[in-house]
Amino acid sequence: MSNKEPAVSSEVLAPRQSLDLRDLVVRYGFIAVTVLFFTFFYLTIPAFRLSTTMFSMLKFTSVVAIAGLGVTVTMVVGGLDLSVGATSGMAVTVAAMTMVIYAQQGSVAIIAVLVAGALIGAFNALLIVVFKIPDLLATLATMFLIQGLKLIPVQGQSVSSGLILRDGSVAPGKFTTGFLHINRGSLGPVPYPVVIFAVLTIATWFFLSRTKWGRIMYAIGSNPEAARLAGARVGRYKALAYMISGVFAAVAGLILASRIGQGDISAGNSLLLDAVAVALVGTSVLGANKPNALGTALGAILIGILLTGTTMMNFPYYWQDVVKGLVLLIALVFSFTLSRKKHRHVAAVPL
Amino acid sequence: MATVVEMRGITMSFGTNEVLKGIDLELEAGKVTAVLGANGAGKSTLIKVLSGVHSSYGGTVLIDGTAVQLDYPTTARSHGIDAVHQKIADGVVPGLSVAENFLFEDIVNNDISRVASMRTIMPRARQVAAVLDLDWADDVLRSDIYGLPIADQQLLLLARALVHEPRLLILDEPTSALSETEAHRLFEVIRRLRDDGVAILYVSHRLREIDAIADRLIVLRDGVIRSDHPHPFDWAEALHQMLGEAEAVDEDVREELHGTDDVLCLTGVKLLPESEPFDLTLRSGEVTGVFGLLGSGGSELARGMFGADRFEEGEMTLLGASFSPREPADAIASEVYMVPEDRVAGTIIKDWSIAHTVTFPFLKEVSRFSVMDGRAEQRLGRSVIDEFDVVAQSSHDPVISLSGGNQQKVVVGRWLRKQPTVMILNEPFQGVDVGARRDLVVKTREVAAAGSAVIVMSTDLGEIMQVADRVLVLADGNLQHDAYLSETTREEILKRLTEVE
Repeated sequence: MSNKEPAVSSEVLAPRQSLDLRDLVVRYGFIAVTVLFFTFFYLTIPAFRLSTTMFSMLKFTSVVAIAGLGVTVTMVVGGLDLSVGATSGMAVTVAAMTMVIYAQQGSVAIIAVLVAGALIGAFNALLIVVFKIPDLLATLATMFLIQGLKLIPVQGQSVSSGLILRDGSVAPGKFTTGFLHINRGSLGPVPYPVVIFAVLTIATWFFLSRTKWGRIMYAIGSNPEAARLAGARVGRYKALAYMISGVFAAVAGLILASRIGQGDISAGNSLLLDAVAVALVGTSVLGANKPNALGTALGAILIGILLTGTTMMNFPYYWQDVVKGLVLLIALVFSFTLSRKKHRHVAAVPL
Repeated sequence: MATVVEMRGITMSFGTNEVLKGIDLELEAGKVTAVLGANGAGKSTLIKVLSGVHSSYGGTVLIDGTAVQLDYPTTARSHGIDAVHQKIADGVVPGLSVAENFLFEDIVNNDISRVASMRTIMPRARQVAAVLDLDWADDVLRSDIYGLPIADQQLLLLARALVHEPRLLILDEPTSALSETEAHRLFEVIRRLRDDGVAILYVSHRLREIDAIADRLIVLRDGVIRSDHPHPFDWAEALHQMLGEAEAVDEDVREELHGTDDVLCLTGVKLLPESEPFDLTLRSGEVTGVFGLLGSGGSELARGMFGADRFEEGEMTLLGASFSPREPADAIASEVYMVPEDRVAGTIIKDWSIAHTVTFPFLKEVSRFSVMDGRAEQRLGRSVIDEFDVVAQSSHDPVISLSGGNQQKVVVGRWLRKQPTVMILNEPFQGVDVGARRDLVVKTREVAAAGSAVIVMSTDLGEIMQVADRVLVLADGNLQHDAYLSETTREEILKRLTEVE
């Protein structure tokens, strides 16, 4: 009680210093690193300079980035959605089943997948808001649940055209051309997945930083009690965040399904860690020190550049995780070690 | 009686804030010495110095006439000083059995192996329990402490302290989590210890308890001992010393407002589990002040009216219609607003500017189709800065960078500017300098004069007498007094506070 006051005021009254080197590093360090690597690869690898390389890099990044945007929204409300990878994986299976086993159109598959994503988000929201289970634990349970559940109707098999069904007949449908076009098609030179990535990034950024809903979500993530006492209906916004995350993971799964062209049951397995990593990396971009959409997109792109560059330089595949780990580590150093701002959003996440 | 611990000129500062300003106190064996003091009087700091938590104190502590330096809790303990702190949850470890909790100190000191079997633990746990004659069954000792009643957890912590056979036992608000029956059990134990010659330092806000258990009463204010009373206590004097002189109120400029219209009616509201239900009507056009010591139910009253928590029992009507907010959002929709007592935990979003903080409860006003209008926000932020004389460079300043008084102006101002139907201000003057407090009082009274029903909770009678027209007295959740200031006196209010029915 009595000794609380000075502790607060000393932090509060700390003189605000002008931009010094440390602040510059925190603000622009991440972008500088991205530009540096880009320039390095651009100068040393001739193939890296092709615009097709750029687009294929962005296309390949889009799946992780879109799932990462969903994770970002849940981090904004102070949570973390661990079920995104499994949701994307389930989306692949749902899309394959709709088209191959039930011989439906691609558009039906898209709707089915988006609805499934929203339902998973709603289920997470139920566990977290109504059952009061901590976010990490609830979404972890959901992750296992849907990873297993998606295998039951397909009896653990990948779904592709020509699949022999339980009654001995051959599955009647196949991945429609239209559906496969999600991955192959492009708007001018820009592949559709990159278009979707760009649109969702801008939409998420707008939602989080320019609307009142985003404002309320940030408040909930920072101080839920203060948000509640100011009239925010905390439960509803948390639920909304997990629904958004579920739908985004489903969109990532759609692109993935279109890319592989079959209901690969292992699809999306590695997506969770990548998506969480880019969202975490995103918190450090521009010294924001809070989850934000542009940061997540930029984090995903940096990792994409590094993976493409190192692959082109003939680094073996197992270097990929080392690269991701280093990027995440550097981002965390920016956020936690160098930044003067208190890192409040992800600090409580025991990863 | 023999003096066990003697303090000479104890001082303690945090930064430039001097919390203890020279405490001279002798604690005698076989006596219960109670300490009374308002928030920030220095009680907690005094306890922490004695129990070795704050090592950088000034002055001397003598034990049996020999000067000692209390650098660590272990040093204090080795000199026979043991403390049971206020929060039971800080002392017990859920997930461990009751027996293991009895032996927790041995476990952390590695005197008992973590993998020790229950067979070795049980007899030693029973030894600790025997200090207080706690004859608990084996299956109780084996069960997780989580399931143990709070009072028993408190007794366990006490036993753990007593096992060192302390010469001085410090009890900090030991009954705050206990029911009345449970508290009586604790008192019996305290009386027995006293008769065995233990010196006891008893800190509490509950006057009735102090009256029942203490042999001597020390009143602390602003880091100084103001008075020292033998039993039976002169409560009027003790409270007078605790709460300070009546401050000069601008009687000449303020005219007492008497409200006319009933706005918020509470029926059969029960604030605390063991308090009596009461009815209360808040009227528009006056400021109702609720005076009570810490834990007397003021916060429960504020939070219940605002929908932040539920009353134990009771109903409300607002302007004649039934009013039962399930969430603060419901209350806000009915123009019932509250400023919570803990400014930092309850209102401040770190890094947010003044403008963001001001507009947060009313984002509709500063957005079009839910898209934020930055200019409108800054305009609104500036209007609160201007209207409430907030000392700040601009509405972009982070709220956290302001002084306590200016922070409070921002978080009070964001509601007052709306001319609320009911405005609940819980401890609005805590950590607020005199100038800012004056400004807030003036604004609060203006809003009431313009037709709001305003209710202010405070543990400081001076504040209540400065801001309120009508004063309510709460003690242990019971409504003891309800009168206009012109109809009552400071002495009457203090008398009602200590009245035991």
